[in-house]
Amino acid sequence: MPIISYREALRAAMRDELKRDENVVIMGEEVAQFNGAYKITEGLLKEFGPKRVVDTPISEAGFIGLGIGASMLGIRPVMELMFWSFSYVAFDQIVNNAGNIRYMSGGLINCPIVIRGPANGGTNVGATHSHTPEAILASHPGIKVVCPATPYDAKGLLKAAIRDNDPVYVMENTILYNDKGEVPDEDYIVPIGVADIKRVGTDLTIVAHGRAVITSLKAAEILEKEHGVSVEVVDLRSIRPLDEETILASVRKTHRALLVEENKPFCGVDAQVAYLIQARAFDELDAPIGRVSSIDAPQIYSKKLEDLQLPYPARVVEAALKVLA
Amino acid sequence: MAKPAIITHPESLKNPAGPSEYSKHPVNTSLTKEAKIALYTKMARIRHFEQRCIRIYQQGKIGGFLHLYVGQEAVAAGTISLLGKHDHIITGYRDHGHGLMVGMSMKECMAELTGKVTGCSKGKGGSMHYFAPDKNYWGGHGIVGGQAPLGTGLAYAVKYRGEKGSCFTYMGDGAVNQGAVHEAYNLASLWDLPVVFVVENNGYSMGTSQERSTAHPGCLAKRAEGYNMAWDMINGHDVYEVRAKTAAALKRAHEESKPTVLEIFTYRYFGHSMADPDKTYRDKEEIKEYRDKKDPVLLFEQELLGEKVLTPELVESINTAAMEEADAAAVFADESPEPTFSDITKHIYWEEDNRSKKSTSSGTIIFE
Ligand SMILES: Cc1ncc(C[n+]2csc(CCOP(=O)(O)OP(=O)(O)O)c2C)c(N)n1
Ligand SMILES: [Mg+2]
Repeated sequence: MPIISYREALRAAMRDELKRDENVVIMGEEVAQFNGAYKITEGLLKEFGPKRVVDTPISEAGFIGLGIGASMLGIRPVMELMFWSFSYVAFDQIVNNAGNIRYMSGGLINCPIVIRGPANGGTNVGATHSHTPEAILASHPGIKVVCPATPYDAKGLLKAAIRDNDPVYVMENTILYNDKGEVPDEDYIVPIGVADIKRVGTDLTIVAHGRAVITSLKAAEILEKEHGVSVEVVDLRSIRPLDEETILASVRKTHRALLVEENKPFCGVDAQVAYLIQARAFDELDAPIGRVSSIDAPQIYSKKLEDLQLPYPARVVEAALKVLA
Repeated sequence: MAKPAIITHPESLKNPAGPSEYSKHPVNTSLTKEAKIALYTKMARIRHFEQRCIRIYQQGKIGGFLHLYVGQEAVAAGTISLLGKHDHIITGYRDHGHGLMVGMSMKECMAELTGKVTGCSKGKGGSMHYFAPDKNYWGGHGIVGGQAPLGTGLAYAVKYRGEKGSCFTYMGDGAVNQGAVHEAYNLASLWDLPVVFVVENNGYSMGTSQERSTAHPGCLAKRAEGYNMAWDMINGHDVYEVRAKTAAALKRAHEESKPTVLEIFTYRYFGHSMADPDKTYRDKEEIKEYRDKKDPVLLFEQELLGEKVLTPELVESINTAAMEEADAAAVFADESPEPTFSDITKHIYWEEDNRSKKSTSSGTIIFE
């Protein structure tokens, strides 16, 4: 199987879908002539032309709203946000318009729009550019949110998102863009709402999403080697819908749970996951649920400290040992 | 750079009421007698529908906000009467007039107000959120100015598909200060999209007069120049004038795929919504002045009586029929069932409402 980067996997998904469906349009700041701020869309303008790959002005509320309007008439826009942090200036469009219109119209209208881009800290760019809004957005019924952690999932989830008839927000991670992995050439989708066991284990379940999955896999390695603990890592892949059954099945097997995410703790995704586990697997738990999130402050600029603000393997190991104690 | 079209001087709007100088405009002379009667009938239907709503609201049967269109009928009627198969419509929350104009029934509109399952949005949208996509009507939007990018996107889709169409994107005079509106203006002009932005200038945004809300050079439409867009001002009390000047914008959209901003001067007779006691920001004399001298329905009635298209008998029968239709709609709304408890969690996701083997998603999507 070909080994390609997370970036190339995203690009492959868009290429496939541009070829498959003439209603798919790529739109965003610098996606066409500049080849993408992160080169995700590199070469697409050349291959598909300016009708299908469109540069927008710096006007997030305007162009995202435009994409939502176009999607109501059956266009399938794949909108790039240079950072998900910039979604905040388009919040009304993203939440009120895309998220509510199907409901408020009693099911007469749907919005098959995809908005994608990086949503992560850890790149030494300060608080305004480091938001992780997956929990905020997933808290709105009507919206779907996915967070791929690997190249395989990036391609499969983005393709599923483009084919999905609801608004799907794909949150990527710039630190993962160069990560490589096996990705089939052929057409496949990763269904939205299906978690993936990224590592099988018996003593502790770690639930994570996005780059926290990679961090957790590293921690699991250390826990195995240095502490003889067998860790299972559940990658949520999708925040809403949420694969509750896979989480519960793993916890029922290991009887211990540690939740790891790069969000800030208050109302993070894992607050919901912790609620789920205590509500449906309370009797299965041998220890209180553990949690590792980013340290609760706006994202710090200082590189050295930002690396400590985010979950990192040693912190995950320490928290895991507490749950295992 | 194309020179923006500047057509009317605001003074023309201050002319006293009289026979419309636009009655001889081709878009109006081309109307058959039947079409003129139909246009008048639609305006009368909006008037009577809205007035019937007041009673139902006062009976406590309509929840939340109710923004009436009385006084503004000629705006929706004049503009929408020109539209064809590929022309789309989107507006703010003062959306009943547009709904009736596109052909929604009084029954589905009234039942939506009372939150019934027979309402156009199955009781899920309410007064501010009417929708009829089968009639190219995309709402009904509650956030001031939030619909402007959507309308621009509908026009983008029309152009993308190679259709000769447009999207009429309505907003109030207060909405022109929203950032989303300016972003939409820029995109529409930059990408040559067939949008017609219609600013329904009724003089007030809630209790704030237009003078107190907006820094402008004499009119709101002129802001279009900053975006290299054509614009025009229209006396919205004269449905013939609305049609005549809107026709030029529609043609620009259809033939050149270019946007226009139309500012249509109009007036609302009732408070901003039924929750507005309407006591602090304008005086009764002003309202009376408009009602007495510039009422769009009465002016058009006069016009058509003068043209011998209408007769007093016909006027009476049209108005009686509209009132009866509104009464029947009220009964229908009253007698219709409420949505059921399980309806709360329907129509959230297309994929949930249309589950099949090809579904792209699974897992828990509605949480407890
Ligand atoms: C973003 C936003 N801010 C405030 C409001 C509350 N609000 C609703 S209508 C309105 C006045 C708008 O006036 P205008 O645009 O002139 O339209 P009109 O009501 O006169 O038709 C206000 C302040 C809102 N719905 N949305
Ligand atoms: Mg107003």
